[in-house]
Formats: sequence, structure tokens, C-alpha cells
Amino acid sequence: MDISVFQIIWFVLWGVLWAVYFMLDGFVLGTGFLAGVLAKNDTEKRVLINTLGPVWDGNEVWLITAGGATFAAFPTTYALMFSNLYSALILLLFALIVRGVSFEFRGKVDSSAWKQTWDKAMIVSSFLPALLFGVAFGNIFKGIPMRNDFAALSFNYDGSLIGLLNPYGLVTGILFVLLFAVHGALYAAIKTTGDLSQRAGALAGKLWFPLLVVAVAFLGYTYPATKLYDNFLKAPILLLIPLIAVVSLLLVKLFAIKGALHKAFLFSCLTIVFVVFTGVTGLFPNLIPSSLDPASNLTIFNSSSSLLTLQIMTIVALIMVPTVICYKIWVYRVFRAPVRTEDVLGDPQAY
Amino acid sequence: MNVLTLSQLQFAATGMFHWIFVPLTLGLSIMTAWMETKYVTTGDETWLRMTKFWGKLFLINFALGVVTGITMEFQFGMNWSEYSRYVGDIFGAPLAIEATLAFFLESVFIGVWIFGWNKISKKAHLASIWLASVATNVSALIILLANAWMQKPVGYVIRNNRAEMNDFLAVLTNDYGWIKFVHTLLSGYALAGFVIMGVSAWHLLRKNENDFFVRSFKMAAVWAFVATIGIAVTGDMHAVEIAEHQPTKFAAMESQWETKRGVGMSLLLIPDVARECNTVDLFCIPNMLSILAFHDATGEIKGLKEFPKELRPPVTPTFLSFRLMTGLGVFMILSSLAGIILSRRQKFIEYRAFLTLMVCAIPVPYLAEQLGWLVAELGRQPWIVYGVLKTADAVSKSITSTQVILSLIGFTVLYGMLGAIDIFLLVKYAKKGPDKDVSSIINVQGRA
Repeated sequence: MDISVFQIIWFVLWGVLWAVYFMLDGFVLGTGFLAGVLAKNDTEKRVLINTLGPVWDGNEVWLITAGGATFAAFPTTYALMFSNLYSALILLLFALIVRGVSFEFRGKVDSSAWKQTWDKAMIVSSFLPALLFGVAFGNIFKGIPMRNDFAALSFNYDGSLIGLLNPYGLVTGILFVLLFAVHGALYAAIKTTGDLSQRAGALAGKLWFPLLVVAVAFLGYTYPATKLYDNFLKAPILLLIPLIAVVSLLLVKLFAIKGALHKAFLFSCLTIVFVVFTGVTGLFPNLIPSSLDPASNLTIFNSSSSLLTLQIMTIVALIMVPTVICYKIWVYRVFRAPVRTEDVLGDPQAY
Repeated sequence: MNVLTLSQLQFAATGMFHWIFVPLTLGLSIMTAWMETKYVTTGDETWLRMTKFWGKLFLINFALGVVTGITMEFQFGMNWSEYSRYVGDIFGAPLAIEATLAFFLESVFIGVWIFGWNKISKKAHLASIWLASVATNVSALIILLANAWMQKPVGYVIRNNRAEMNDFLAVLTNDYGWIKFVHTLLSGYALAGFVIMGVSAWHLLRKNENDFFVRSFKMAAVWAFVATIGIAVTGDMHAVEIAEHQPTKFAAMESQWETKRGVGMSLLLIPDVARECNTVDLFCIPNMLSILAFHDATGEIKGLKEFPKELRPPVTPTFLSFRLMTGLGVFMILSSLAGIILSRRQKFIEYRAFLTLMVCAIPVPYLAEQLGWLVAELGRQPWIVYGVLKTADAVSKSITSTQVILSLIGFTVLYGMLGAIDIFLLVKYAKKGPDKDVSSIINVQGRA
């Protein structure tokens, strides 16, 4: 097979890895930054953290895989994306590091000052990645100010951290925050019981309205701010992808009103996945466009690995990704029961 | 300072910090799995209490190992984008494979192990710690194969202005990587053995839970001794590999300036880099260095003067790190052997001086681990990929020194705080000792 077949396969996988990562870490981040609003006391906070305990680490690995896959399949994109967005990624790293340890450390010392410190750390370090990922992807959709000459191996970047905080980047950032907030509140609602579950469900319902407004604003603003719609206009069948995202978003509310929270959560998953697919489909064949000059775009054709590496990685992905999905489903089944107050209080292993 | 030096400092600092936590994870995960196996097969409650106690320390340590690992993956792109672009065709694959093959398995089943005590059967629970610890070890293998490619590049051609893979099997079977893997893995086992011996000795000095801690100590002493012997053997094999493929590193490790046959090894050396000689050179064992390098008493060793100055690694730190690491290794072999012999005696808990020594010895393997990486990475300089790409040509061009200064300060402050907290928690839970009552688990597991 021709190398371009593999380049396209890896473009699809690249999109799938990011979509699955946002779907899975989205609820961990959302529940994390809403914990302060949702939980009324220390026990409820512990209940919330324990709903995340068995899964957060495995979910974060999808990010590491998305990063590793970018490195292996599109090394030039990996190199330029990570170095050009240096300052934003440093903030993201710090937040993800603090988020991880806040789960682990919070319950290890029996002092309310200690716990309150880690609560604050958890809330900030869960909110920041949601916002930063949105801002970063907004800027990727829009294109970043880079001038690349692939033949001369000359790569220049004119952007800055402040430059990323442009209106379109911020709208995408707020979109991600609200997507993850609704997602996290629904997760909390189905994974807890009683009053806490009720409050989480109600909060998801309330947050849905601002989410709808921002989603509409994002879809509208995308037309003047980016070239994402070009692909959809060339092949209108692709419009099914954003359509599924929109319908899923509406079904989230419909099922939430009926109290069918599991279904609402399922459609929240689909919403996130199809929002990412919409953006990625619009980007094709670019991975990161340049806002200065189309010849500087990082595409799947000018930034990929060699045919052999792509072939090997395809075999690895075909074997490993389904395997991972199988045992992750098993784990979610083992821990499917909601976490109750008495589970947390009675279990010395709990966070 | 320029972006290059700052990025080197940052990579070294974050890598060494990451490596405070990884070796204990490698060793303690396997040992905890071993203890739980003993519990499941014998039904002896002490093994369960040991699993819980050492497992708790394992988890406190594991958390920081995980979160600091992402930093390493991101930095290749952030600070070393020229490197990533140039070798990504080969180097990216192992990182992606590590994530899908090992890292998922490890992080998912650690979650099952922590939260699954009352949710799955005894055997499934045991399987989860084995899966997690084997995955941890596989993860180390793949990362070390990637590092080995930087030390002894194989299976590539230079094409399209970059290094492209032409033989994946050669990358996977790079003997440099496999020797390094076994050497590094065993160093993690030895380190975990010394941690268990040290913590056990602390409790035995206080006559706390004698049965529990004597049993732990005995097991750890055997693990540590076998591991340190293996470290010495693989260290010797590794030295041969380095002498052949990285002559500048070998010469710097030994502070050997002249090219000669049948070179001896001096026990006391002080290098003088400016004058390209050793100011002090005493107690020479004839032909020893040639034997170590080539297993041949007359083997020719290339001295540093053979190579232009700009292709030599920093001699003094490489030499001192290697010497000190080797010395600490000898101490570890002897003290773990003493541990095996003494812990079998009836009067073991009366040997207060020895127990105190073993408490104080906890930092020794940690220091040896750090020195080992210093030898490996400093000794490779000025190359980032030996003989293929210089470190100076690998650094990102689009970042400024201000950016790296700020991130380096950020890492120092954040890692400093997290490291202090983690050590505080490890000490706190180590001193607290094992829980007396494990009946809640046994009762529930009995039903499952």
C-alpha cells in the first residue's frame, strides 16, 4: 500500500485518540473542578474523589498515547507543536501533575487545613487543563503563526502565550470547560447516591443552557475565524458529523429532564467525541495549519514518519488499542456501582 | 545561560527527580506481588499484612513516578524539537508502544488493585498486581531500548534529512538496551530491598512487630543480594559494550588519557583535565582495565587524547560518578550478604549496630541510581545520539531562554514541594507500621 494510505489511517487514529482522551478525562476534570460546588462536606468530597479513584490514571494515559502517537507517526508536527506551544504546555503539565497528586495526597493526613489545601489545588488543577486544551485546540483550528520551509529545514514561530488568548481561542476554551462541566456533573450524578446525586444531576441540567449558547457561538464563529468548513462544503455528507454532535447535545438535555442519567451521560460522551471529530475533519489533511501562509501548514503528508514506521505502528495499534478497550470496559464494569457514603467511611483503602 | 544549557539542566533535573521514584516502583511492585502470592497460596495473614503495609508505601511512591513521567515525554518535543524531528521516525515508536502496551496496563490495574480488594476475587486481585508490576517492568524495557538507541544507534539510515528506521528488529534486539535493562531493573529490585531492610531495621530497633519485620527483612536481604550480584555481572557486560561502542565514555569513566595495551586500573586517581593527565595515580592493579574492557589482559584501550577535545565528555564528573557508583555497589553487595547471614540468627534483633547501619543505608542505592544515570548521560556528551547528532544541534529553536528559565524555576519549586511532601508521607507511613487488623478484607474476600 502507498504511504498516503497509512498517513490517512494515522490521521484518523490521531483524531480518535484525542476524542477518546477528552471523553474520558473530560469527566475526571469536570467532576474535579465542580467538587467544590457539588460537595457540601468532607465526606461528600471523598465520595466524589473515590468515584474517580480507580479510573483517572488510566484515562490520563490516553493523553500520553495521543502524544506518543503524534511523536511516532508525525514527528515534525510533534516537534513543532510542542516547542511552539511551550509556555501553554508547561502550565498544562504543572496542572496535570498537581491534579494527580491531589487525589493521592488529600486523604493521607488527617487535618482539615491539609485537606482544604488539596481541595483548592484539585479544583484549580482540574479547571486549568480543560481551559488550556480548549484554547490550544481553538488555536490549532484557526492556525498558529508559523512560517515553515520544509526543504530548507527552516521553522519559525511568531506567537506567544498571550497571542493564544485570542477571542476564538477563548470561545473554544469556554466550550471545553462547559462540555467537561456538564459531562463531569452527569458522571457525578450516576456514580453517587441520594442528595449528592440529585444535586449533581440538577447542576448538569443548569449548566446545559450556557453550554448550548457557547456551542452555537462556537459553530457560528468558526466560519469567519477558521477554514474548517471548507472540507464540509466540498463534501456535504460530512456535515453528518457536526449534526450528530448537535443532536447528541440536545439528547443530553432531553434524557436529563426525564431522569435517564445514564443515557444523558452516554450522549454527553458522544457530544464530546463528535465535537472533536468535527474539528479534526475540518483540519484534514492538516494537523496544524499556519495562520500566515498555507505552504507552512503541517500536513499529514509533509510531517509524517517513513512508510516502515507507519506500518509497524499500524500493526501495534490494531492489536493494542482493542485490547486496551476490552480491559478498560471490564474495569468500568467492576467499578460500575455508585460510590456510597458508607463505602468511603468503611474502607481504609478509600481516598 | 543559553537555551541549550538551560534545557540540559531542566532535562537532567526533571529526569533525576523522576528517577527518585521509578526504581522503588520497579522493585516494590514485584515484591508486593510476591507477598500477595504468598498470602493467596498459604492463607497466612502476616503475608496479607505485609502486602498491605509495603503496598501502601509502594502507592505513595508510585503517584509521583507517574505524574513526573509525562514531563519526560513532553520535553522531547518542547525543548528538543530538532532532536524529535530528526530521530522521531525511530524514537517516537518506542514511546508510543510503551504507552499502549505497558502504561495502560500498569495504570488501569493499579486502580483495580487499590480499589478492588472487596470487589473481585482473591485470585483476580492477585492477577491485577502481577499485571501492573509486569507492565511496569515492560515499560522500563521499552524506555531503555529507546535510550539505548541514543547510546548505540542501530537499524537506521540517514535519509530525507533525518534518521529513518530500516530495521525495527535491530532496534528491539539492541544488546546495549537489554544489558542496560537488566542492570537497571535489578538496581530497582536492590533499592526496594534496601528500603524494606532499612524500614524493617527501624522497627526492629524499637522491638515493634518483630515477626512481621524479621520476615520482611529476610526476604528483602535475599532479593537485594541476588539483585546486587546481578548488577555487578551486567555492569561488567555493560562496560565491555561501552568500551567497544562508546570509547570516549569509557575513557572518561576511567580517566584514561593515553591509548595503550594492557592497561592497569588505579584505585586512586585524580584527573587533571587542563593538563590532560592524572595528578594522583596510586595502587595500580596491572592489566585490570584491559580485562574489564575486553576480557583480555592485553586489550588496547583508547585514551581521551585520541579524540579531539570537543568530542570528549566532561571527564571529572563522569569519572567520579562512575567510581562512587561502583563503590556504593560493593557496599550494597557486602551489606545485603551480611543481612542474609545475620537475619537467620536467633539474636538478630540484638545486633543494634547492624540494624542502625541498615537504617542509615536507605539513601545508598538512591545515590547509586542517580550516579548511574549521570555516567550514562554525561558520558555520552557532546552527543545526544552517539556519533549521529550533537546535543547542541538538537535543541528547540523557537523557544527563548526566558521561557526555559521560568519553566525551570517552576519545576524546581513544584517538584521541590511535591518531593518533600512525598518523602514526609513515606516516612510517616513507614514509621506508623502495619495495620493490626485485616479482618475486613479477609471476611469480604472469603465471600467473593
